[in-house]
Amino acid sequence: MKLTTKLLTATAIVAASSAFAEDLEVMHWWTSGGEAAAVGELAKAFDATGNTWKDAAIAGGDAARAVMVSRLTGGDPMGAFQFNHGRQAEELIEAGLLRDITDIAQAEGWADIVNPSSLLDSCTVEGRIYCAPVNIHSWQWLWLSHAAYADAGLEVPTNWDEYVASAPALTEAGKLPLALGQQGWQQRGLFNVLFAALVPNDVFLSVYDGKDADVAASADVARVFAAAADAREMATNSKVQNWNDATNLVITGQAGGQIMGDWAQGEFAIAEQVAGKDYSCLPGLGVTELLSTGGDAFYFPVLSDDAQTAAQSELAALMLRPATQVAFNLAKGSLPVRGDIDLSTANDCMQKGLALLADGAILPDTAQLITPDTAEQISTLFIEFFADASITIEDAQAQFVNIIATAE
Amino acid sequence: MSSTRPNQLFRNKSSKIAAIPMIVTALFVFVGGTIWTVVYSFTKSGLLPRLQWVGLDQYERLWATRKWLVAIENLAIYGLCMLVLVFVIGFILAALIDQKIRFEDTIRTVILYPYALSFVVTGLVWQWILNPEFGVQNVVRGWGWKSFTFDPLYNADIAIYGVLIAGIWQGSGLVMVLMLAGLRGIDQDVWKASRVDGIPTWKAYIFIIIPMMRPVFVTTLVIVVTGIVKIYDLIVAQTGGGPGISTEVPAKYVYDMMFQANNLGQGFAASTMMLVTVALIVIPWTILEFGGSKHRD
Repeated sequence: MKLTTKLLTATAIVAASSAFAEDLEVMHWWTSGGEAAAVGELAKAFDATGNTWKDAAIAGGDAARAVMVSRLTGGDPMGAFQFNHGRQAEELIEAGLLRDITDIAQAEGWADIVNPSSLLDSCTVEGRIYCAPVNIHSWQWLWLSHAAYADAGLEVPTNWDEYVASAPALTEAGKLPLALGQQGWQQRGLFNVLFAALVPNDVFLSVYDGKDADVAASADVARVFAAAADAREMATNSKVQNWNDATNLVITGQAGGQIMGDWAQGEFAIAEQVAGKDYSCLPGLGVTELLSTGGDAFYFPVLSDDAQTAAQSELAALMLRPATQVAFNLAKGSLPVRGDIDLSTANDCMQKGLALLADGAILPDTAQLITPDTAEQISTLFIEFFADASITIEDAQAQFVNIIATAE
Repeated sequence: MSSTRPNQLFRNKSSKIAAIPMIVTALFVFVGGTIWTVVYSFTKSGLLPRLQWVGLDQYERLWATRKWLVAIENLAIYGLCMLVLVFVIGFILAALIDQKIRFEDTIRTVILYPYALSFVVTGLVWQWILNPEFGVQNVVRGWGWKSFTFDPLYNADIAIYGVLIAGIWQGSGLVMVLMLAGLRGIDQDVWKASRVDGIPTWKAYIFIIIPMMRPVFVTTLVIVVTGIVKIYDLIVAQTGGGPGISTEVPAKYVYDMMFQANNLGQGFAASTMMLVTVALIVIPWTILEFGGSKHRD
């Protein structure tokens, strides 16, 4: 142990004397084409400060979070890591494993520039700020393939009901109506999108924020389950696993559509497709136009090495600068966390999102409202629901009510 | 005699000293870790362990969770089938090889080879073989049997048997080698005597040879059963627990709870239940096998 400490100190001294050229290990789960391009922008900006971005990407959020948490709790922290802000990091902050970056936030004036302010609230615990939000991601998007609809001789739908009605004709034309990856988080996400779009907001909030089991058992929520059963039927033949493989089915016109967050946009961009011409995007499924403002944030573990800590500060400050925000979000297809920058180069879909954000048509993301434990239970429910057509709407809703009743 | 007997504690001093590190490891890591896990299974530990007692809440939730019940059922199906089939197949293969055949070394190596592959590789290989679009189904349809259907991994009712096929493929080679070693340990005179008495070969195997191979069977049983209880990587590589939750197993439930749901308490409760199940089987059996009369014949 002692030798390691000495070596580390020696390294730190050498590093510090060579003008802050620090290697900072950054962990994240951005591995699809569009995501990798976006993270490349962050790395480029960080490298420009003279430090080096040591990329440690792990495919799949679930797997990545498991590795990150075990490294943090095991006393082997990385330089910085990506998390969805919200309740995932609660306990890590309580345990004092994460660095308080309030001073950086104040110096950079984050309180004034971050819009909507709920993003910064999600980073704040007892008045102290622990994370740097980098983007806004919204789930409520229906992506439709113009090619698939042209092949089937149909008009591209403009809302959820038209989309469901078009499913039989799509199937007849040999198209998959709905592309859906067979992973719990995607299936849960789809359900939450239906939930946000098809019933009034206060129902959504009393279930997920208020944890009100009576509302979860109501007829409003039953309508959402009925819509989920429609989606199940439309996705019967969808055998892909990863979300980007599902998006690829839409891009290549093999599937009619996909419900997926705005990160799917990055995949369309890489395939050089044009919004409005090759594909359509319907926020809030074309029913209730709104966005949930979840997103990604970077957290910084407490490190004992001063030079590394200085590099962390530089990275944190850099992430919210206008230039980084523009380059990063254009590549990722997400919305910037500050409302004061020019995104006129953004495409149709992003403009729609920006307009909704400006109008304040927003909902909190479920990750900000429920614990990972509850999220995992809901995921398991929908893994079962989507794999087994014999599970009735009533059964599924009864299980859902149970989960909400025991959630905290 | 009893008065001159040296103190038992100081006999074979050097070998006892040599065993100390292992004893310490066993006590602290295994026993200590086990006790710690059991204690924390009564707490409300989330992402990090914390001593906030909730009594039996975690266990109540565990036994009310469908995923856990499915996992237990799958382990029972997989375990029983695996145990029976791997022993039958392994023994038959060993008996066949024991007929003084040619190229014995080659055949033995070929059959043992799957065991050298990790469960992850095994799982992926069988995922492809059982995939209807490029696996067995496609090949048979290519031969002209157009209606042939064989896609166990896509049918929730039988998916666990798809995993079982891979498990047997991987495990039967090891059982064969162990059995073969047992067969080779049988004195040739026993065979000669049975032939003189005019006993048919199959009868000789069942009524004479197998009872004589009891120690080998016990060793093999322990190896196979531990392999069954801890099954995790094969499932993750081959099916990921799907379709739906039809191939979930207890070890995967523990992992999912601890590292994805950030609910350590629930994971500890599940692993404690796994330990209890194993203990319920192993302890009575150990007493029967090794306790009681010291001289068995």
